[in-house]
Amino acid sequence: MIERTPVLNALTHVILVTGLLLLLFPVWIAFVAATHDMTAVNTAPVELWPGDQFLVNLEQAWAISDMGTKFTNTVIVAVGVVVGKIAVACITAFSLVFFNYRGRMLVFWLVFITLMLPLEVRIVPTYAVAANALSPFQAMLDATGLTALIATLSGVQVNLEWNLLNSYTGLILPLVATATGTFLYRQFFLTIPDELVEAAKMDGAGPIRFLIDVLIPLSRTNIAALATIMFVYAWNQYLWPLLIITDRANYGMVAVELGTLVPDQFTTGGGTPTWHLAMAGTLIVMVPPIVVVVLMQRWFVRGLINTDK
Amino acid sequence: MADISIRNVAKSYGKDSIMQGVNLEIRNREFVVILGPSGCGKSTLLRMIAGLEAITAGEIAIAGQVVNDLEPRQRGCAMVFQNYALYPHMTVAENIGYALKVAGVGRAERRAAVERVAQSVGLNEFLDRRPGQLSGGQRQRVAMARAIIREPRVFLFDEPLSNLDAKLRVQMRHEIRRIHNRIEATSVFVTHDQHEGMTLADRLVVMNKGTIEQVGTPEEIYDHPASVYVGGFIGSPAMNFLPGQVSAARAAVVLGDGQVLDLPRDVATAADGQLVQVGLRPEQLTIVAPGTAELQARVDFVEELGSGRLYHLLVEDLPLTVLSPDKHALRDGDAVGVTVRPDALHLFGAESGRRIDARGARVAAPQVVPA
Amino acid sequence: MRRAYFKANWIAALLVAPQLLIIFVFFYWPASQALYWSLTLEQPWGGGNTWVGFENFRTLLSDAYYWNSVRVSFVFAIASTALAMSMALVLALFADRQLRGYKFFRVGMIWPYAIAAPAVGLAFRFVFNPHAGILSYINEVLPGFWDPTVNGTQAVIMVVVAGAWKSIAYNFIFFLAALQSIPRSLIEASAMDGAGPMRRMRDLQLPLIAPTFFFILVINITDSFTDSFGIVDVLTGGGPARATDLLVYKIYADGFRGFDYSGAAAQSVILMVLVMALTFVQFRYIERRVHYT
Repeated sequence: MIERTPVLNALTHVILVTGLLLLLFPVWIAFVAATHDMTAVNTAPVELWPGDQFLVNLEQAWAISDMGTKFTNTVIVAVGVVVGKIAVACITAFSLVFFNYRGRMLVFWLVFITLMLPLEVRIVPTYAVAANALSPFQAMLDATGLTALIATLSGVQVNLEWNLLNSYTGLILPLVATATGTFLYRQFFLTIPDELVEAAKMDGAGPIRFLIDVLIPLSRTNIAALATIMFVYAWNQYLWPLLIITDRANYGMVAVELGTLVPDQFTTGGGTPTWHLAMAGTLIVMVPPIVVVVLMQRWFVRGLINTDK
Repeated sequence: MADISIRNVAKSYGKDSIMQGVNLEIRNREFVVILGPSGCGKSTLLRMIAGLEAITAGEIAIAGQVVNDLEPRQRGCAMVFQNYALYPHMTVAENIGYALKVAGVGRAERRAAVERVAQSVGLNEFLDRRPGQLSGGQRQRVAMARAIIREPRVFLFDEPLSNLDAKLRVQMRHEIRRIHNRIEATSVFVTHDQHEGMTLADRLVVMNKGTIEQVGTPEEIYDHPASVYVGGFIGSPAMNFLPGQVSAARAAVVLGDGQVLDLPRDVATAADGQLVQVGLRPEQLTIVAPGTAELQARVDFVEELGSGRLYHLLVEDLPLTVLSPDKHALRDGDAVGVTVRPDALHLFGAESGRRIDARGARVAAPQVVPA
Repeated sequence: MRRAYFKANWIAALLVAPQLLIIFVFFYWPASQALYWSLTLEQPWGGGNTWVGFENFRTLLSDAYYWNSVRVSFVFAIASTALAMSMALVLALFADRQLRGYKFFRVGMIWPYAIAAPAVGLAFRFVFNPHAGILSYINEVLPGFWDPTVNGTQAVIMVVVAGAWKSIAYNFIFFLAALQSIPRSLIEASAMDGAGPMRRMRDLQLPLIAPTFFFILVINITDSFTDSFGIVDVLTGGGPARATDLLVYKIYADGFRGFDYSGAAAQSVILMVLVMALTFVQFRYIERRVHYT
């Protein structure tokens, strides 16, 4: 469109550049702090240009937080969540869209309502479940009197226990079942025309073949979108690992580790705060998901918008 | 009062050139239809007139003023979009009156203008509805009303009828022509539908691959297509083409299988020895008994049309269709004769694809009509 | 509606089983437990729970600290939502003009989405620290003026800014997508009607993205109630003097630091009801999303 709006164009650029700078500013300040030594960082006024201590600080922050182990753990959990989530979301949505059984809507609503139950609002009892993932079943057996019945009949005291504290399973499992991915897949499956299903039937393909040979290849962009969203989601987990991982040396995740870098009286004992290390650590933790989001931008944005969260 | 001059206009996106050196003069108050298949550049040309698309090279002038750098609102054009582009959150009245509102026209005056225009297109009952509550034909009328209310110098139509069903399309076609006659603006109408083009146009512009193939009245274009492309594009069923060679000695064109069609002597002399495509319109051919006419053929199959029949013949291996109101009792494989009127025979250069006339010269392609 | 289905329903049941099993164990059971705990009181030295009816809620609602937390949460919700949405909307409106460098700007606005809440918290904790942060300039002139570790209002401002900063990217993505889903011909039609870019923003783009606006509004408020834990925990730890003691943070603190399971459960139930109400509102709006045809 032919439009001569030099003033407005200039204003547009000013606004966008200002916005970008505002967004970059805190990260820039953090980055600069990570490039100076302790004295420089703690002397007012704030440093605005990078110094020469970046690699030293990165190395030191990496060492004191034992980031090697934390990165490995976080990658394991993130990959586990991504793979598990895609698998679970895909098959659940497949069942909901391509079969017509009684209770289908019930399942849909059961999954849907979990959107209203974020971890934060059920945190205490969820922790109790993590301590024994089979406790709901035990409780039901107890309540229905089955435990007592089995005990009298066989002499065996039923005692179901599966402790998920301090385990990868405990970190991954609850993150896999949220509704997000299921809805993304459902949206996509609903766009598959009936003719495709009918053609597959004419070709003699059963549901599983149809899923594997037709739907999964068709949903590659979906998978890319969901993988990006889930990777970032898992990488940035804070509250859940904070609760169920007490053995941080072996199972700690990076975001939680940041909490221990906060320079307050607990960490520095009232001494000079180690901001340069805290900021170096922050950068280390920030970078991987940023890289993923920037690289996968196209799919990620589409996925985010289609899930409606 | 506006004539439009399009001079040497070209358009490219990066390295892709989609329009090359287009020249066209549109007279004041003329109804010009730009006709062509999708992707031929017809919509781009229209959008360049509107100012929605920048011009890569050349210039466009409206009423003598070069508008290359003017914004759409400064050009005095109104446009009806293919999908109507009605504002979904505004009522019909607000849609129609929006241009006046932007122009700062007062509320009362605006209301009066909206009512007057709505009346003229039969929309006055629907002024408080939103576009979502209207039928396709009604939306079309809103789009028209929105353009009319501005009393534009130039009325631009970008395939406005293509989303309507067949009956409504004919009805709206008539209405558009009526409005054009009434409001005294210059109209440029883009379509891929040759019936729309033929029926609406004062002059028709046939475009192909970013260039103008021919400009002329619908009749001129039908009677004297400037190229194989125009001949094949205009007319339904489509023109037949048979390859041959001109012989001045025999004052005829000799077809591939040796059959001979007479030519006027001057044409034959001028084009002696040239390889040509002979264009024959199905409706200008007549079926007669075998051996009694110029051309011998046999029946491939016959389509019933109710009002007549469409005979699909084979001349050797080449298809030849004949449209006739006469219902001959013919069976597949029967031999027939076909009469060719000399004035219904179009010659085109086999390689150039351009028309060959009495002077043997190719008819100049972009026929620039002086304003 | 779909007409072609597969018949083998046992396969369908098998396929939904994993997700149902996990959501039962980690969502429904805990949620029902929260409800149960909120209506009972745990005996100090074991021996199960005793039924107390709404006693826990009564205690909670007469607790000044709880009301403080409610107040802080709403202030945070409103302020951070307003800040994040207005910035994101302005940026999206101008980015949508698609001038030179548009793609660069788009990526530039999106990346903060990827940053973990505690990382945002930690970065802002440094940026706003009174001794060597950006506001230390003011402290040079007016010693002690800026100190969010002491001044509650300043701590709230800090949390609001950090929270808003984190959600700008998400809002921007949605606003820009909504703006770009407005058919191009509408913009062109209004240009033909004589409307300039600013006029189009006001008359066309803003009204047409209104549904997205409300949708994002509800999402932002919901998120500010639930998703703010990481920021608060790292940035202020709820202090000073409970000035940033958001509802989620208080649940965590009461439950895991104070071991008051019943009290934490009652708070959880109230928050759950709040989130559910907001989600219902949100889905009412989704159904009303405008379809442009």
